Amino acid sequence: MENPTNIVRVSNVTKDFTMGKSMVHVLKGIDLEIKTGEYISIMGPSGSGKTTLFNMIGGLDKPTTGSVFIDEIDVSQLDAYELAWLRCRKIGYIFQTFNIIQVMTALENVTLPMIFAGIPDDAARDKGMELLDLVGLKPRFQHKPFELSGGQQQRVAVARALANDPAIILADEPTGNLDLTTGDEIIKLLKLLSREKGVTIISATHDLKMLNVSDRVIWVTDGRVDRIENRDELSISLGKIDEKWG
Amino acid sequence: MQPETKLKKNLPKKQVVLPFLKSVEIAVKSIKSRFFRSLITTISLILAISFYSYIKTNSYIISGIVFSENKIAIQTLSQGGYEIPATGEQYNTTPKERWILFLSLLVCVVGIVNTQLMAVADRFREIGTMKCLGALDRFILKLFLIEAFLQGFIGAAIGALTGAGIALCGSLIKFGTLAITYVSFNGIFISIASSILLGCFLSLLGVLYPALLAARMQPIEAMRGRD
Ligand SMILES: Nc1ncnc2c1ncn2[C@@H]1O[C@H](COP(=O)(O)OP(=O)(O)OP(=O)(O)O)[C@@H](O)[C@H]1O
Ligand SMILES: [Mg+2]
Repeated sequence: MENPTNIVRVSNVTKDFTMGKSMVHVLKGIDLEIKTGEYISIMGPSGSGKTTLFNMIGGLDKPTTGSVFIDEIDVSQLDAYELAWLRCRKIGYIFQTFNIIQVMTALENVTLPMIFAGIPDDAARDKGMELLDLVGLKPRFQHKPFELSGGQQQRVAVARALANDPAIILADEPTGNLDLTTGDEIIKLLKLLSREKGVTIISATHDLKMLNVSDRVIWVTDGRVDRIENRDELSISLGKIDEKWG
Repeated sequence: MQPETKLKKNLPKKQVVLPFLKSVEIAVKSIKSRFFRSLITTISLILAISFYSYIKTNSYIISGIVFSENKIAIQTLSQGGYEIPATGEQYNTTPKERWILFLSLLVCVVGIVNTQLMAVADRFREIGTMKCLGALDRFILKLFLIEAFLQGFIGAAIGALTGAGIALCGSLIKFGTLAITYVSFNGIFISIASSILLGCFLSLLGVLYPALLAARMQPIEAMRGRD
């Protein structure tokens, strides 16, 4: 990776929502370039548009104007099949509210994206067990989500996000509903993945501990990129962060 | 042939799939883990189909009795309000029976649409999650249709057997063995089979609109849990 390319490029993206008669401008022109293998944190107050931006990057929603490029392909140009393929193979999603399928066991949840990807049952099962092992849940593969704690469910979600070896992991406040220790474990796990597998991680968060592991932090306020900081610049401004966001 | 396809050259042309057997497996698990909801969906179908099967089977039994040319039995029948056909002809259901039958089937379909709409609302998150994992609209449609077919088949089979059973027992009590001496067992088989088919059809009909709604839902809409 001598010459990392932009795996994600967000170009002048705006997003408006119509609420009845009024129009809400949620994103007001966002430009971003994210390189392969980077660990990016997106910080910003509640309502600043982080989730909205994530949905655009993940191909879950379309920008009002502007474009999102993944591997330099304009996502809005993709048809339904290619979009499904992108969601299945290229991107792993982790949500604040876990979004584990309640009627499936941990293992079935992890293997589902592999089934969609056309991987044979046995191979999917083996890989699923391997991933559950990675997140420390191997003994619980047959448990249903309601038998698992919040942190364990989120770990299942992490394992599921990894199922098809995605190039990008989009994690929208992955630690938002977890206690401090389990939150730390998830952050460590994500960092490990980015370091060992070269996965690009883009994570929205309110969690200051997330900053320490990030390569870059993107501060979003009111639908705009406020500033972008590299890790080495971070420690200087951390005092201010505590005041402003803590 | 179109130049614009060049735009997507970097993305390998690969497909997401959901093999049929896998979707059956998922559907079966889903029915099992939502047993009560499935039961509620199925109960109105069981009732309507058992009524249909009862009427059908009964008409074959009556035809059998008419064929027997047993005066007393035929008299009992006409006293019971049945229109006795000429000897050798098939007994046909009365307009009143047909009307009640039609109403019961209609109520049944409306009931299925209703419970399936609730089921879809309950499963917003699940549908959204599946779509985020790469499910196509038709995967969702497929899962809902298979579930409805299985529910329909089981419900209709229970209903069909119950209805035919009640009709047979009832006439056995009334007419003794005469009720089944001349009955066409082929006919009874046909009424059970047609009841099961009808049940599957109604179940699929009832789920069609809710399933289309579910399948067309955008993943974020589904995730936000709004309607
Ligand atoms: N579908 C929608 N329709 C209308 N308004 C929306 C919609 N989605 C988001 N919004 C609005 O956009 C704004 C930004 O929402 P978003 O969820 O992106 O914020 P966020 O930065 O993720 O906040 P949080 O940190 O609380 O998750 C909010 O004011 C929200 O009300
Ligand atoms: Mg959010």
